[in-house]
This record gives sequence, structure tokens and C-alpha cells, in this order.
Amino acid sequence: MALISGCRTPFAKAGTVYRDLTAVDLARACVRELVERSEADPAWIDTVVMGQVIPSVAAPNLAREVVLGTGLPASIPAHTVNRACASAGEAIAEVVDEIRDGHASVGIAGGAESLSDIPILHSRRMAKALVEASKARTLGGKLRAFARLRPKDLAPQTPAIAEPSTGLTMGQSAEKMAKENGISREEQDWIAYLSHRNAAAAVDDGRLTAEMCTVLLPPRYETAVSVDNLIRRDTTPEALAALPPVFDRKYGTVTAGNSSPLTDGAAAVLLMSESRAKEEGLEPLAFVRSWAVAAVDPGGQLLMGPGLAIPKALDRAGRKLADMDLIEMHEAFAAQVASNIQALESPQWAREKLGRNEPVGKVDRERLNVSGGSIAIGHPFGATGARIATTLANELKRRQGRYGLLSICAQGGMGFAMVLER
Amino acid sequence: MIGADAKAVPAAGRALTQELGPDGVLVVTLDVPGEKVNTLGRPVMEEVDALISDIEARPEVKGVVLRSGKPDNFIAGADIKEFTGIRSALEGETLSRSAQGVIGRLESSRVPVVAAIHGSCMGGGLETVLCCRYRIASDDPKTVLGVPEVNLGIIPGMGGTQRLPRLVGLATALDLIVTGRSVKATRALRAGIVDEVVPPAALLTAARRAVLDLADGSRRPERPGISLRERLIRPVIFSKARSSVMAKTHGHYPAPLAAIDAVQRGTATSLAEGLKIEARHFGELAVSDVSRNLVSVFFATQDIKKDAGYPEGTRAREVHKLAVLGAGLMGSGIATVSVEAGVDVRLKDASFEALGRGLRHAREVFEERRRRGSLKPREVERRMQRLSATVDYSGFRRADLVIEAVFEDLDLKRRVLAETEAVIADDCVFASNTSSLPIGDIARGARHANRVLGMHFFSPVEKMPLLEVVVTPETDAWATATAVVFGRRMGKHVIVVRDGPGFYTSRALGPYMNEAARLVEEGAAIEAVDHAMVDFGFPVGPLALMDEVGIDVGAKVAKILMHAFGERMAPPAAMAAVVEDGRLGRKNKRGFYVYDGKKRPDETIYALLPSGTSRRTFDARDIQDRLVFAFLNEAARCLEEGILRSPRDGDVGAIFGVGFPAFRGGPFRYLDKLGARFATEVLERLAAHHGERFRPAAILVEHARSGAPFHDQRARSAP
Repeated sequence: MALISGCRTPFAKAGTVYRDLTAVDLARACVRELVERSEADPAWIDTVVMGQVIPSVAAPNLAREVVLGTGLPASIPAHTVNRACASAGEAIAEVVDEIRDGHASVGIAGGAESLSDIPILHSRRMAKALVEASKARTLGGKLRAFARLRPKDLAPQTPAIAEPSTGLTMGQSAEKMAKENGISREEQDWIAYLSHRNAAAAVDDGRLTAEMCTVLLPPRYETAVSVDNLIRRDTTPEALAALPPVFDRKYGTVTAGNSSPLTDGAAAVLLMSESRAKEEGLEPLAFVRSWAVAAVDPGGQLLMGPGLAIPKALDRAGRKLADMDLIEMHEAFAAQVASNIQALESPQWAREKLGRNEPVGKVDRERLNVSGGSIAIGHPFGATGARIATTLANELKRRQGRYGLLSICAQGGMGFAMVLER
Repeated sequence: MIGADAKAVPAAGRALTQELGPDGVLVVTLDVPGEKVNTLGRPVMEEVDALISDIEARPEVKGVVLRSGKPDNFIAGADIKEFTGIRSALEGETLSRSAQGVIGRLESSRVPVVAAIHGSCMGGGLETVLCCRYRIASDDPKTVLGVPEVNLGIIPGMGGTQRLPRLVGLATALDLIVTGRSVKATRALRAGIVDEVVPPAALLTAARRAVLDLADGSRRPERPGISLRERLIRPVIFSKARSSVMAKTHGHYPAPLAAIDAVQRGTATSLAEGLKIEARHFGELAVSDVSRNLVSVFFATQDIKKDAGYPEGTRAREVHKLAVLGAGLMGSGIATVSVEAGVDVRLKDASFEALGRGLRHAREVFEERRRRGSLKPREVERRMQRLSATVDYSGFRRADLVIEAVFEDLDLKRRVLAETEAVIADDCVFASNTSSLPIGDIARGARHANRVLGMHFFSPVEKMPLLEVVVTPETDAWATATAVVFGRRMGKHVIVVRDGPGFYTSRALGPYMNEAARLVEEGAAIEAVDHAMVDFGFPVGPLALMDEVGIDVGAKVAKILMHAFGERMAPPAAMAAVVEDGRLGRKNKRGFYVYDGKKRPDETIYALLPSGTSRRTFDARDIQDRLVFAFLNEAARCLEEGILRSPRDGDVGAIFGVGFPAFRGGPFRYLDKLGARFATEVLERLAAHHGERFRPAAILVEHARSGAPFHDQRARSAP
């Protein structure tokens, strides 16, 4: 299961440059460029799996729309997956499994999100009235359907980034983790600072830009988007420290600065069986050795899934955390990154959650998110997994490293992890 | 009465088959044996005649459905072969009268006849269904209806000019008959040409039901005919139609005017009288020079598909992916037409800024078509999705064809070729869209010169119908075939010419343009030169054309031609002053004309010339002679030197590439009409007055001596 190459659109703050595009547009742009740059024959592709967390009502199966609008043969089946923020990771995992099972030999996996183009819904009562009115045969009947509406029913509903089971938003959950795990404001801001610093450096030396395609914005195509617009290269720990906490104004530590922002973007990777890659003369960046998902009760600490998924994936790859030359942890919140690192290093976590005596291992901060993370680069929910996998594979190659680990925390208390080898 | 297929295979066997259902509906299927499309030749018309007599005698037949047995064609029109055989106006009139008589019997049939139309229904086909009681069309995009007769210099001769206006009104009917354009089913429904539009699979069911409903009287289609409003403003409608035709054709094309006359006089009297008027016009036009020439051009474009410039059976590489170098006007135009043809295009330029302009150009072309209603928003998106932009050579390895449209500079083009060869597959064709640089020069030093050729497109690529494919002695036949077949997919008429400076089109145009500039240099007014040539039949005058092409570009081509051919091709000295003055033409709004909202001759240019600001009067005829004979002479040289493979290609190239008047049949038809002897005499006279450059080409002198025409004269009437 070889990862041949990856490509993503530049990531942009929601409501900025991509405000007039949809997630499908972004996904098409990056998949088209992925195929062009890899020089793969579109006819090779057996499957396309894409992640999207907040699907559009107009195109609920984003992956299929990508196939049909990217010059790929219409005969390629495609489906869209939702494992919340780990959706692109899940997409990669599914294609990897298909290839391992012999059901496919070439596939594209990735994901996209546009938080500029979220479905805005009517209230339940308004929706009911509209359905009734559409069924009514007379004008009177149509009007009667709306008679019961109250002014507050007219207010539109936007999707909340909150846990349906607990009602807590992601930010509140991160705040809870920070408090309960004793993660200091300083540590969170430092993680955020490193994210920006590393990302800026990776842009400057071209490592990140090489992974991006340029998006020309229709209908005039005058603006060419070729850089991420969220990275703050001049930020400092002091500047980050000055930001007010958002979710608990009084005692909180989670700020806009140490959280990942709402982002638009898309990313995808090309996967092939090892033998097919050899046959076609393509040199893989890395091989997928294992993957795992795990979940915790959202009622506890919501974003601790990676603490369970990482040891599982490492076990499946037959490797230890210490073997990893590089580690990519998705930064939903700095508090979540720090909490999970704490768990991996904790004997108590090992005993209570994993049923083992030894902790999973120490996370070498020098090998962690060396090209920046989601706090700086941004986090289009459905796309992040493919961005991280691409960056990890490229950086492994650049450093001549052997093993790389990636992890993503996801809504619902889930965690995702994957081990790459080259 | 136009058939698209000119193949001369006599129909053997019966074209009409019939099947009577238990419901009393007789389904009649037209399927002319051995042909791809149905045409209404004499044998078919005889069968139709016999069929109607048969139906009249069979009381069990409640009604008839008329349909086609061809997959995507209803009726392409009348049989052109028969039409070209007409020897006199009277013979033409008689032919028209007899065809009118046959299909008129459909109209007066005892039982209802319903047309079930799927596929193109053109000319005589549409005239036939107009005689049916009811018309149903399929909603398939291949279903189009129209009367394109004017394109061949004639008018509909089977009642079209009479029944169409009586059915859909004067304005709509005139629009269709005078322009010859065709409409899709939904448009036809809105216009009232058809009564219903249904999915292809429901066509027969719908037609059967219509027959039964019409037979028992439960369905009575409303036929409002010509509205009261139109009756009141009749004179205005016809005078407007005439003036718009005159503005477009400058009176060179008699058919649209005859059509207007037939509609005007015909709708003022009875149908029977109207049909007589139509037939008389038809007969006269059928034997006119204009029609003969237009038909010969039509046959030439058909013939070129069979003798395409490479050995028969050569396998063209199928183009799935095209790479285009350069996103300028030409590059983006090529990309636009290619995505339209369903090909994936990788567009490369140096910057995303340039690429963005290229994409915008493509989008504007499609958006314009969307505004006119011929594309849906989704279809615009679909086309744009086939286009991708890059600043490097990524994505080139899978290209089947690369067309470079970079700046016209030999070193640049050679460098681009070398860079491209490093990334493309060995069997990918490389084409240069140069308008004047010899392909051999570009290909010199290429790794695989056998797959290098020229694809000379004309600007704007979306509109200009010619592609000139240029081959060197080294070019492989499969590469030529790939370029030709792809050009045809782009909807172009494709001529294959041999390599040489300026190939055919740019070279023949060279002395013509030089002569125009020389006239201005000598003291002729800009508008006098342009008017004279528009009067001759060119769509735009040479100086206006030079502004469109770009004076700098023109000067560059002129230089290349002068280097290659010497004094004969030397541009007038004063042109250098015009270029130096910073006049680039339309692109910087300064040329022979000024473009400040309204285009008008820029008289300040005269101060740059030795003749100064005062202008002399030149006889329009002298202007025409100097320009036209310069063109004819150079075209003849291209044939003499083997640049052109045939006079046919010379005619097609000149008409569709540089706007040589189609009604004159192209330069070689025109030479045949004038006679080579007359042409050499004119040229000798021009040489005596104006210089050696007019000395007639050897091939002209030879034809003048032998008296042989360039075209086989029999080929004109019996292709």
C-alpha cells in the first residue's frame, strides 16, 4: 500500500478567498492537480474515497462529484466518508484496505471542507410548515401551514461545532481538558507558536508550497491562490499570551490563538499497491504500515482518542513510539495536543486505559509537527488527514527517516492513528 | 432541399417500409438503403407518391406515422446530386414543381399524417414534415430543424418558403429561411414549428396517440398562422429583412433576397400561387454562378474528408489529452475549442496571471453561448472543468498532442520544442501554431522530427473555420493524420499543405496585404481600399484586417516572407514608419483606424507617408485588380511549388482561412472563371504599370497556353 504523492489546495480562513467556492470545487482542483503531477493515467484509478464533515445538500456524495468533474473516467466508483475530523484519514484507510484486499490497485483518498459554504437550515417548525405547504392543494391550505409559525421559527440554524451528546462545543471540551489535565496557558501558547514558526519555515524553504496547487478563482480567474493565508509568521509567544480566553473568559486558557481556525481547503493522496507502483515505474514516498481508530466516552474528556489509537496503530505495525522518526499530531487545540502527549507518557493512562504497565512512550518534541500543524495552517475538517499524511511522507523522505506516525482527534471522542514507513 | 451527404451511390432497394398496427395506425419508416442519412432523391419521391396513393385506397388505415430508420437522422434534405444536374432555369422550376406536388399530397391526405422527428431534419426534410398534419420532435440534442438552402445559393423549393411563414409567422420564418440556421427541438416548439417535444423513447407512442386523436377529432391543433400584428406591419418586416441581408452580403448573394421575395409575394396570395413563385426563384437560382460556386465549395469541404492529405488507412492517434503551450489569444482559443470537443486540456504559460487570462477567455466564450441560450450553466462548468492550468510541464507525459502557441520567434519555439520533447511520450505529436515560420526550421535538431508539424489556426479560433496543417518531408503520416482528425473534431475544415515560409494562407495573403499598404503609401484613402475589397466580397478590408491581426505581427510575417522570396514580397518602405509610430492595430487602439468607441479611419497616419496628408482618388476596380491578382498569382505559385496539394485545398483554405469570397468559389474557381489567359494578361499589364512583382506565375502562363482549367470542369456538376 504505497503512498505515491499528495497534493492540497492552499488552506484559507473560512469566508476569505474561497468564499464563493464549494468544497467540491476545492476537491476537484486538488485532485485534478494530484493526477496531473503524478503523471498517473486516470484510467488506472479503481476507487476514489473522500472525506467531508459538513456535507452540502446539493452534492452529498462529494467524492463522486469529484470523479465526474475532474476528467477522471466516469466508471470510477466513489464514496464520501465521515469520521469527523479524521475523515480524510479514514478515506486513506479505506483505500488502503481495498488495495490490501485486492479489490483495487490504485485509488485516490482525501477530503475537503468549505466552512464558507455550510448548509443553513430552517428551524424544525419552519421546515415542517414548508413540507405541509408543498403538499397542500389550495392557496388557503398553503397559507394555513404557515399560520402556526412564531417569529423565532424564522431564525435560520447553522451547524454547531458541538457534541450532540453533551451539548459542549469543541472549545469548551478543550477548555475542560486543559483544566483537568493541568495544561498551562504558557504551554498551549508555546505549542501554537511552534506551529506558526515551523509552518512559516516550511513555506520559506518550499517544503509546504511544493505540496500545494494553485487555485485560480472563477469566474474571472484574476486571483491565483497559491499560499495558505492563516500562517502568522511574525507571531510571538507574547502576542499569543495577550489574547483573551474565548470559552471561559474568567478562568480559561483556550484562546483563538491556540486553537485551530475555521478553514476552507482540500487535500488528497494517490495510493497504489506496491506491485502496481513498481509496474508503472512510480516511486512511492512511503508505505502505509498500519492504522487504527479508537473512541472514548464524550462525557469524559472528549479529545483523548489519539491516546488510545496511537498505541493500537503502533502495535499493529509492530513498532514502538521511540521508533518513530517523525510524529504528526493534528492540532485541534494546543490543549488537546498537550493532553494526549501527557497521556502517552503517563503510566496511569497505560494502566487504566490500555491495561499495560509501561507508558506508550515519550514524545520527542523535536520530531513533532516539524512543518507546522493545524493551528497555523488551518483545519478544513474533511481534508486534514490527507494534508498530514502528505507532509509526513514528504518529510520522511527528505530526512531519510524510516517511520512516521500521525494522529487525529475527532468529534464524538474518536481518535485515528496511522504508521508510515519508507 | 439540401443533403449533407454528397456520395453518389444510387439507392438500390426500397427506402420506405410500412407496418399497420391493430389500432389502424400505419407506421412508415424511411430508410434509404446504403446511405448514412436519408435524402429525398427522385426514387424516394416516387415511393412517397406511390405510398400516398396506396393509403388513399386502404380504408383500414386510420392515419400514418412518418419516421426515420436512421439512428440520428430524420431527413438530411433533397439529393444535391440531382440538383447539380439541372441544366436550365426551367428544368429547375419543373423539378421544384414536381417535388412540391408529391409532398403536397401528404398535406391533403384523407387521413392524418404525423411526423415523428428524431435526428436532423433539414431542408426538404423540414419541408416534408411541414406537409404533415402534426409534428412531434425528440428532445435529443441531435434533433435539429432548419432550411439551410441559402448556404448553397438557392432557396427551399418544396414549399418551405410558403408553408413555414403560414405556420410560424413572417418574422420567425424569414429568420430561418434567410440565415439558413437550424434550431433545436425546444426552440422549434417555442417557434411553433413542431407541436410536441418528447423523449426519444416516447416518440413513437406519442405519434401513434396523436394519429388516433387527430383521426377521431379529439385533438385539433391550433394554427394561428400569420398574426394580425404581422399583417399590419408587413412592409416593415420585409424591408427590414432586405436591409439586414444587404448589410451582411453587400448584394453578392441573391438567394436570401429571392427568399424574401418568395415569402413576401407568396404570403400575399394563395398557397398554390405562392408555390409557383417559389419554384420560379428556385429554378433561376439553381443555375446561377453563385449557387454553382457555393455548391462546389460545399463539395470541396466534403471531398477533403476523403482525400485528407495522408495515405488512406493511416491510423491517427486518438487525442484524449491535449497540452497547449501559451495561454494568449491563440493558445486559449485552441484550448477553448478543444474542451468543447470533449478533450482534457493542460494549459501552460509562464505565470498564473497569464493562465488566468486564458481561462477567462474560455469562460467568456462559453458564458456568451449561455446568454444566447445554447449552453446551460452546468454545461459551462463542465467545459471549464476540462481545462487545467500549469506553469511547469507537469501533466504533459500523458498528452497525445501538444500544440505550442508561444510568441512568434524561432529560437523561442525551438527551445519550447526541446523542453517539451524532454517530458512527452515518444508517440505524442508536437504541433506549432506558427503563422509563418517554416516548420522545418522549428523541427531542426528535434529528437523526433517525424512527429513535428504545424497546426495553423486562425484568430479568433472559436469562430474561424479553417485549420492549415503543415507537414515537412520528415513528418510521419500518423502524425499528420492525428492533427487532421483532431482538427476535424474541433469542427474545422482541414487542409494539409507542405512546409514553406508562410505555408499557403499567410503566403498568399502577403502580397495582397503589401499591395493594400502600398496603395495607401501611394496616396489612396484607407476607407477607399477597404471599401473596394469589401465590395469585391471580402468580409473585411485588408487594412482593417491588418489592425485585427496586429500591424507588428503583420510586419513580422512580411519580413519572413521577404527573406524567403525576395523583392516580390517586400512590404512598402513606409510601413516601417507606421510600425515605428507605435501603431499595433486594434490591440492598442491605434492602427489604420482609431478605436475610440467608434471605429473610423485614422487620418493622422497619412502624415507618416511620403504621399502626405492629401489623398488621391483611386478607381475601385484598379484597387481590386491589384490586390486580387496579387493574391491569385501567389496562390498559383503555391500550387506550382507543391505547397498546395490541389486547387481544391487552395479554394477551401482561402475561403475559410482568409475570407476569400465564397460566392466566387475560391481563387482557383475564380481563375477558371476568368480564364488563365485573361489573368496573365491582367498581371502583365499590372507588371508594366506597377512593377515586376506582378509578373505571372509560370503555372498561370502554362495554363494560359494550354487553355486547361485548374479544376476538372466535370467535377463541378457531377462530383
